[in-house]
Amino acid sequence: MRLFRYLLISCLCAPWVHAAGVAVGDNAHSVILPNLPDNGATTSLVDLRGKVVYLDFWASWCGPCRLSFPQLEALRTELGPDGFEVLAINVDEFEADALAFLEETPVSYPVVRDATGATPADWGILGMPTGFLIDRQGIVRKVHQGYRKNDGAGLRVEIVSLLGE
Amino acid sequence: MRFAFVLCVLGALSACETVQPWEKGTLSKKEMAWEPDVMEANLRGQIHASKEASSGGTGAAGGGCGCN
Repeated sequence: MRLFRYLLISCLCAPWVHAAGVAVGDNAHSVILPNLPDNGATTSLVDLRGKVVYLDFWASWCGPCRLSFPQLEALRTELGPDGFEVLAINVDEFEADALAFLEETPVSYPVVRDATGATPADWGILGMPTGFLIDRQGIVRKVHQGYRKNDGAGLRVEIVSLLGE
Repeated sequence: MRFAFVLCVLGALSACETVQPWEKGTLSKKEMAWEPDVMEANLRGQIHASKEASSGGTGAAGGGCGCN
């Protein structure tokens, strides 16, 4: 009887049980994913340790992602020499959609792909796009959900501040 | 208790699934929208509001990023 009670409670609670995700102050979780376009190699977040990294989860169907790419590219061009890097994680179901997006909106920063959804689940993504600003020590300092047209200026201030630490 | 068990089994059998934000690619396609033609929907909405003296109640939440 007690077993049934536990079963009932666990069944009712199941929809509300989520992975904890990554929050401000946490250590960045490990990310090792194949490059996009696929060249047989992978890119790892740990390899970027020592740099200020903006980890950007995006998809081709997401409107604000289209807005964020040119701004992130400009930030990376300007602040890259000081130690800023962007790592974009594509979560599209079909690789062709992501490649078409990249053809329209080309960027010079590394783009990787996770078609399984394991990485966004691990990081606790609540909406698209979501960006994590990670400092030189690998600690998440800001979680940026969504993207509006003036967000680049605010991000720049925070990135410059982290680069100066 | 038997009723609770049946309820539990029925709950587990249901096809309800939470669509995660990164899984909304198909949902964001044009053919998945309630109103594929926004302009026409607005026009119809205006006519409906003037005829019925009431408006609203036609929206639906959706979209992983609040955009589509």
